[in-house]
Amino acid sequence: MFLRKRSKGNQEPGQSGTMQPETHTRSLEPIEIPPGDVLETLLLSAGGPVELSTVEVESATIERLREDGIELVVPLIGQGELLGALYLGQRLSDQPYSTDDRRLLGNLAAQVAPAMKVAQLVREQQVEAKERERIQQELQVAALIQQTLLPKELPSINGWNVDAFYRPARAVGGDFYDFIDLGEARLGVVIGDVTDKGVPAALVMATCRSMLRAAAFNHDSPSAVLADVNDALVPEIPPAMFVTCLYAIIDTDAGRVVFANAGHNLPYVRTADGVVELRATGMPLGLMPGMDYDDKVYELSDGDLMVLTSDGITEAHNPEGEMYGFSRLMGRVAAKPKNDDMVTSLVADLERWTGSDAEQEDDITLVVVRRTASAEDSAAVFHPSEGERLLAEFAVPSIEGSERLAIEKVSAAIATLGLDETRLERLKTAVGETVMNAIEHGNENDATLDVGVQVTADAGRLVVRVTDHGGDKDIPDAAIPDIEAKLAGEQTPRGWGLFLIEKMVDEVNRARENGSHIVELVMKREGDADAG
Amino acid sequence: MPDEGFETQVQITGKGAVVELRGTVNRDAKEGMEAAYAEASQTPGEIVLDFSKVEYINSTGIAVIVGVLAMARAEDRQVGAFGLTDHYKEVFEITRLADFMNIYQDAAAD
Repeated sequence: MFLRKRSKGNQEPGQSGTMQPETHTRSLEPIEIPPGDVLETLLLSAGGPVELSTVEVESATIERLREDGIELVVPLIGQGELLGALYLGQRLSDQPYSTDDRRLLGNLAAQVAPAMKVAQLVREQQVEAKERERIQQELQVAALIQQTLLPKELPSINGWNVDAFYRPARAVGGDFYDFIDLGEARLGVVIGDVTDKGVPAALVMATCRSMLRAAAFNHDSPSAVLADVNDALVPEIPPAMFVTCLYAIIDTDAGRVVFANAGHNLPYVRTADGVVELRATGMPLGLMPGMDYDDKVYELSDGDLMVLTSDGITEAHNPEGEMYGFSRLMGRVAAKPKNDDMVTSLVADLERWTGSDAEQEDDITLVVVRRTASAEDSAAVFHPSEGERLLAEFAVPSIEGSERLAIEKVSAAIATLGLDETRLERLKTAVGETVMNAIEHGNENDATLDVGVQVTADAGRLVVRVTDHGGDKDIPDAAIPDIEAKLAGEQTPRGWGLFLIEKMVDEVNRARENGSHIVELVMKREGDADAG
Repeated sequence: MPDEGFETQVQITGKGAVVELRGTVNRDAKEGMEAAYAEASQTPGEIVLDFSKVEYINSTGIAVIVGVLAMARAEDRQVGAFGLTDHYKEVFEITRLADFMNIYQDAAAD
């Protein structure tokens, strides 16, 4: 007996069983009927058992069956397809197979074939399900490797804002980035991309990252680091894989950036005069040993912003099949977004380009390094905690009346949350007073300084964060105003702001971060109506 | 959002004066409020502040109202208010302004 196993595109003979006529003591080897063999045509057209002695055509299979003493071949046919066959040798009685024998065997085959077909389909589905599960597990492992190795925290350096974004594609590519504190006011910045997906790419990424970290402390120049890593990677990396990588060392005191490139996307720098492409070329890592790389230098001035990207951004397609491209990226880098939050701005623009429902083609990685004039640092960039949904983020100038603008924008942002009128009015007053304090006390009415406002919500809380530049100033407690003393002229009539803020919302938190002062107003979304 | 500015109009009644306030009550309202108070205080009796056309009051505006109450207290004059939204009524209670002025539901009550 032989059973044919179905496979995609090519039918291959499967595992065969043997049928041993009792008169024979030797085992019959499974004899396969290759697709296209004349015996297959014969069996399909016969409509029942075929006696080999009557067969006039020849093929290697038929010859072998005869050599093995097979007299009768009973085809197992399902939906016009040869699923297998029963091979019968000589009868025990040495008599030829009778008409009744053949009819019985034909009926048996007709009943067996559909069951066999079902069994084959079930087996195929099981194999496919296992394959899907294997791929899914592999993706999970790859994602875990990447997430484990990507930086957990962003560097916090006085006079600098560093931001990063990484979002894996479903198939998990090999993007990575890293920040290396080299000491002596030097920060190493790495962005790279392994040319493959899944676990192999993740393992190469992990290896490459370790090599980069080791080399970074052994060499002072990015070119030497890349050359070193390249030589170390060549013998380790699987064939046809390589790594593009850009490595920069930033002197965080002087603003000097020294960088070298191993075939990665070029960085852009937004300056006061426009966008500059930082050019550097070099072979990707892992292709061939003995490669040389060049060090290039760029001086970042106060306010300059450097953007490093992976090709998951520039090669993302819109529904019409057009790529996002370098010129669009350059245009977005040139624009100064609200709060100068370049990461949010670029990701939002990319989503507009691809369509929000489109499946992400490749990993997306962004690293943004901004040199801030420490005293002129604009509003802090907020990063909502997990679970918080960003509803709005904007900045208002430090001029009288801006608090009304902030109130209006916050009201619009939370319009769909269904806050009752009482609590909405309380929040509006708290926002207005907080923004006024930020303008007057934090920013000291300096119209060149912004007040940042961020509105987020999760299931239980609505949060408004107001940021000013008064991080070095003491934060006074909300004293309870004494109205009798005020009416008696013993106390200034003012001093109601902090008191009102505390009374209007459920929780007020304050913090300092990178020279900024942040007030967080929290309104419980399902609390009782009496917040005061 | 445009600032509506601040305007007042004083109306003498049989019981005193009603000062209609319009627009935004903030620190910029101080001068206008003091002028309106001076005009209204020419008439004996209660000075009632009409907030029904006030769009916005902030903490600096509350300070201005405290100033008015201080002046009235100095001359032992009653001050009232009407036309406050529920929210600003709450603010007046929290700040205890409501303890030193008569809060009316509407103009007819005065």
